[in-house]
Amino acid sequence: MEHDYSIAELKHLATEIRKDTLRSITAAGSGHPGGSLSAADIMTALYFQVANLKTPTDPDRDRIFWSKGHIAPLLYTLLAYKGFFPREELITLRKFGSRLQGHPKKDSPPGVETSTGSLGQGLSVAVGCAYAARYDHSPVRVWCLNGDGELQEGQIWEALMAGAHFKLDNLCTIIDNNGLQIDGKVADVMDLGDLAAKVRAFGWHVIEIDGHDMQQCVNALEEAKTVKGQPTAIIAHTIKGKGVSFMEDQAGWHGKAPSQDELAQALRELDGEEGE
Amino acid sequence: MATAHKDVLSKLDGKATRFGYSDALLMLGRDDPRVFVLDADLAKSTTTERFKNEFPERFIDCGIAEQDMVGIAAGLSLMGKVPFTSTYGTFMVDRALDQIRVTVAYAELNVKIMGAHGGISVGPDGATHQALEDLGVMRMLPHMTVINPCDVNEARKATLAVAAMQGPTFIRLGRESVPIITDDTTPFAIGKGITFEDGDDVTIAATGYMVYEALLAHEELAKQGIHARVLDIHTIKPIDRELLLKAARETGAVVTAEEHQVMGGFGSAVAEVLVQECPVPMEFVGIHDRFGESGTPDELLTAFGCRHTDIEAAVNRVLRRKK
Ligand SMILES: Cc1ncc(C[n+]2csc(CCOP(=O)(O)OP(=O)(O)O)c2C)c(N)n1
Ligand SMILES: [Mg+2]
Repeated sequence: MEHDYSIAELKHLATEIRKDTLRSITAAGSGHPGGSLSAADIMTALYFQVANLKTPTDPDRDRIFWSKGHIAPLLYTLLAYKGFFPREELITLRKFGSRLQGHPKKDSPPGVETSTGSLGQGLSVAVGCAYAARYDHSPVRVWCLNGDGELQEGQIWEALMAGAHFKLDNLCTIIDNNGLQIDGKVADVMDLGDLAAKVRAFGWHVIEIDGHDMQQCVNALEEAKTVKGQPTAIIAHTIKGKGVSFMEDQAGWHGKAPSQDELAQALRELDGEEGE
Repeated sequence: MATAHKDVLSKLDGKATRFGYSDALLMLGRDDPRVFVLDADLAKSTTTERFKNEFPERFIDCGIAEQDMVGIAAGLSLMGKVPFTSTYGTFMVDRALDQIRVTVAYAELNVKIMGAHGGISVGPDGATHQALEDLGVMRMLPHMTVINPCDVNEARKATLAVAAMQGPTFIRLGRESVPIITDDTTPFAIGKGITFEDGDDVTIAATGYMVYEALLAHEELAKQGIHARVLDIHTIKPIDRELLLKAARETGAVVTAEEHQVMGGFGSAVAEVLVQECPVPMEFVGIHDRFGESGTPDELLTAFGCRHTDIEAAVNRVLRRKK
């Protein structure tokens, strides 16, 4: 464990991060709230508790690749909360001249490990990075975030093969299994079938968790560090739009910005949940 | 084909440019521990097998998965390695274009991309295996340096040069043995064309194998009293504007020659420079908006208009239009 937050503190942090993510999307007038909210808990656990990530330039820092690059607003909010750039800048998301591009651009702002946005590519980058880290006997661990719809890309399965073939036990990918993509339910658009069985059959250690249970998130990420001889995939069962009633499990909130009124309601709900 | 092939220039030794690539990789393997070589099940054809045999721990066979290969190379480069990805140009550029665009070029990663089997001279494998659009596609990507060596020595120098620079690069290699027209004393710098023959009547700006055909054309034209300047433009991007503009000003007519689609390719790149600052009559030798087909390299170079005779005809046409 790299840091020592209590589960309650991590949950509070995840709520604040959800709120600022939504504020930035509303300010931008566009962006992707649904998949940001589904991944918020486990990515908060990763950035604030499990990953070795003190500064964005430390050569020995863990590398985190956001293969599903469209949820850049969550990435930027996490980086701002890490202190890698000023929080005030979050409302420049998607604005002309901003460092906060619609989809991640390497080093813009510091902490964005590389450019993503065309789905399906990040896991291969993570494989290459993990390969180099092991070659160098470096302590760097490599993490990746994939969407479930994204798994329909063939390149993902090339990378799954490669990760297992090279026995990269310093590599862990998180699959944000929220069941939705743009056109509807993943199961209706192009069913992934028994995902855990498939990934396991590709040679990965698979952990299935409730991706909104903070303790399970931390435990799964910690478990990934202990696995030997194979990479790990955490299948996080999540709810797209988690925490905002009108967004939850709605494909329509994949890539739509809340209005000011909707934002106000979302913030009230998130605060309320916190108070429960 | 009873042509100048059979006289002076025919005495030259030949070797395929892909061997220049692995010659350089072996040198780099010894000198630069950052260098990794990746292939996608074509290590024999691309000649990376030579590197694999000597430095197995720095060779990665990615299997038949070109898109994954580009991503793995990107990851290696993010950890300070200098990865060279290798497969046929078609599969490298066309299959993995989105990966090269977003993962490599947009992020300005230090990935060295090799497209082997460029051009129509790939031969009997036919259209699917003949990369005819690689240079054009790669030169459109921001941050990408694009090089097309004319012989095995230039391919070796180009490979060493891209390893020494920071940023994404593409080098085209050929399958067939081609005459060796440069040696260790021929200068090589990325972005600097080379004047092979001086002349004031017309400029033949050639790239890759077509530099050799341009030299043959130069000989034939000299017999007709036409003095052609022959330029080897190995770097398509950044292109040597200065050398091209000087040649256009001094000769007043330009013919480009490439074993590639003219549309969007090398000829277009030259025209983009000249039309703005020194418009002169131009002719484009190369492949004109069609797919390749099976045949011997010799048959195909002739059938697809990539011969010195095609260059000579183009020179005669352009000279009629020259003021
Ligand atoms: C190669 C590619 N195709 C299409 C898109 C457009 N797109 C953006 S997000 C998305 C759906 C992603 O679904 P999923 O991976 O499940 O993400 P999440 O549900 O977490 O938002 C699509 C199709 C893209 N960014 N890249
Ligand atoms: Mg999804």
